[in-house]
Amino acid sequence: MTDTIVRTDALSKRYGDRLAVDSVSLTVRRGEVYGFLGPNGAGKTTTLRMVLGLVRPTSGRAVVLGDAPGSPPVVARVGALVEGPGFYPYLSGRDNLRVMARYQRVDDRAVDAVLDRVDLGSRGGDRYSRYSLGMKQRLGVAAALLGDPDLLVLDEPTNGLDPAGMADMRALLVDVAAGGQTVVLSSHLLAEVQEVCDRVGVIAGGRLLAEGTVAELRGATAVLLRARPLDLALAVAMRVSGDDAVEVVHGGGDDALRVHAGPELIPPLTRELVGAGVDVLEVTTVERSLEEVFLAMTGAPMAQPAGSAR
Amino acid sequence: MSGLLASTRAELLRLRRWPATWVLIGVWFALDLAFVYVFNYIAYRTGDVSGPADRVPRAQLLAGLLPDAVPSAAVQGTPLFGGAIVLILGALAAGSGFGWGSWKTVFTQGPGRGTAFGGTLVVLALTVVGLVLATFALDLAVSSVLAAVEDQPVDLPSIGALAEGVGAGVLVLGMWCAAGVLIGVLTRSPALAVGLGLVWALVVENLLRGVADLLGGLAVVTDHLPGTAAGSLVGSLGGAAGDRAPGVQTILTGGTAIVVLLGYLALFAAGGLVLIRRRDLA
Repeated sequence: MTDTIVRTDALSKRYGDRLAVDSVSLTVRRGEVYGFLGPNGAGKTTTLRMVLGLVRPTSGRAVVLGDAPGSPPVVARVGALVEGPGFYPYLSGRDNLRVMARYQRVDDRAVDAVLDRVDLGSRGGDRYSRYSLGMKQRLGVAAALLGDPDLLVLDEPTNGLDPAGMADMRALLVDVAAGGQTVVLSSHLLAEVQEVCDRVGVIAGGRLLAEGTVAELRGATAVLLRARPLDLALAVAMRVSGDDAVEVVHGGGDDALRVHAGPELIPPLTRELVGAGVDVLEVTTVERSLEEVFLAMTGAPMAQPAGSAR
Repeated sequence: MSGLLASTRAELLRLRRWPATWVLIGVWFALDLAFVYVFNYIAYRTGDVSGPADRVPRAQLLAGLLPDAVPSAAVQGTPLFGGAIVLILGALAAGSGFGWGSWKTVFTQGPGRGTAFGGTLVVLALTVVGLVLATFALDLAVSSVLAAVEDQPVDLPSIGALAEGVGAGVLVLGMWCAAGVLIGVLTRSPALAVGLGLVWALVVENLLRGVADLLGGLAVVTDHLPGTAAGSLVGSLGGAAGDRAPGVQTILTGGTAIVVLLGYLALFAAGGLVLIRRRDLA
């Protein structure tokens, strides 16, 4: 049994003359939470639809759980919420799940279990059309969880939710991730991906720009140095850590130095600076956020909800 | 096979709980009662005043109300408004899932697209059969009551005549329902599907028949359109009420009509199945 759950090979989808997905080759491994990160319209949903067999690729191919996407044995082992929940509006949440449970041939008791898991147990009898957006999304996750699938695909599960709904959904995602299932989570929100994902694929303009662990993508840590006078500090820092490892960063009218080195550099650097008569105002280690990584890769800013930036 | 059974159970649950299903079934029964029994009975009782009774002899009106006439009376509405109602049912059942996104959910849950969609087809077929059987039961009951009220003998139709009538009703309604399903899948929109389907069934076929009178060669085509075949099958049952309901024809023989209807039924159902299996669900 292979440990690759999803593998796509130069997967492409063309709509008219627009290439929505351009040669995306990604790999999702067993048991990991894979973050699929990119701005709106980057091709995330289209890629996931191809992985789920809802959309046929124009070229390239995908292998899911060792078989073709959308084939009955694969569908039976995959749970998905793609681009918003889709249910019968006139049925209650519980009845909607009971319908899905019958398609999957799982017991009705599983319905109550997943309803409780997404915290809808007490509202299961209400009509779906009367649910709030957050409840609809949670029901979508519940349907995806039904039947205990080997692979869970959740496309933008927090999209359109208010802060409270988002917090609930995040808690649910952490809970699901802890359950050991393989999860593919797409998002345009960095914080979401950064918090729960083991590995990340970054997509923009239909192309997969990078794939790796969150740590790999962020790269090494750096030391941020604020000192006066800056030119003398720059000279000292270059002597200590090498010419190429230092750059001047401009921010907020207060220039600083960024030294590409680990925290072990801080004591010798500080000693040298003080010895050279530099006034050290601040020395701190910084990690690049995924947003900075993303900016560096695409030159385009990503959406970031207020208060969730690292 | 167990996948189809599972899909059938799932569809049974969601279509049974759908108010639209029951509204349509209720409308059918109301129309059936009104046009087969209520209006004709009123016309019979008030015979020589006005209404169709001016043209239809009272004896013939009464004959159409008795149990013996049920095999043709119960299906006389199927080519036109019965067909329209099940066409709406099929179009809504197949088309709504695209807008709701429920097909998307089902196809990421279920046993494969063809099997899941097969469940819908099976449930719609069961609905049509049940609808026809219930109509016959209702009409037999009503006509027996009327016979008793009018001091007529309660002569029940033969089993063979009943079977013929039920078969014709199932085939005609099944064909229209499958047509609705196909248009629902084609348009991916219940509103457009219902509108187009009704325009075809109620208007376009009649217009084409009119054109065919002008252009000789077209008659071969128009004689074999779904509505014409449906009307011909019901017309071939004969009977006191059979040949004066709207949509009922005698253009094709019963045998030809059966073959044509079976062809359309298979074509529509298979077309819907192929489309839903192949299409992108965006």
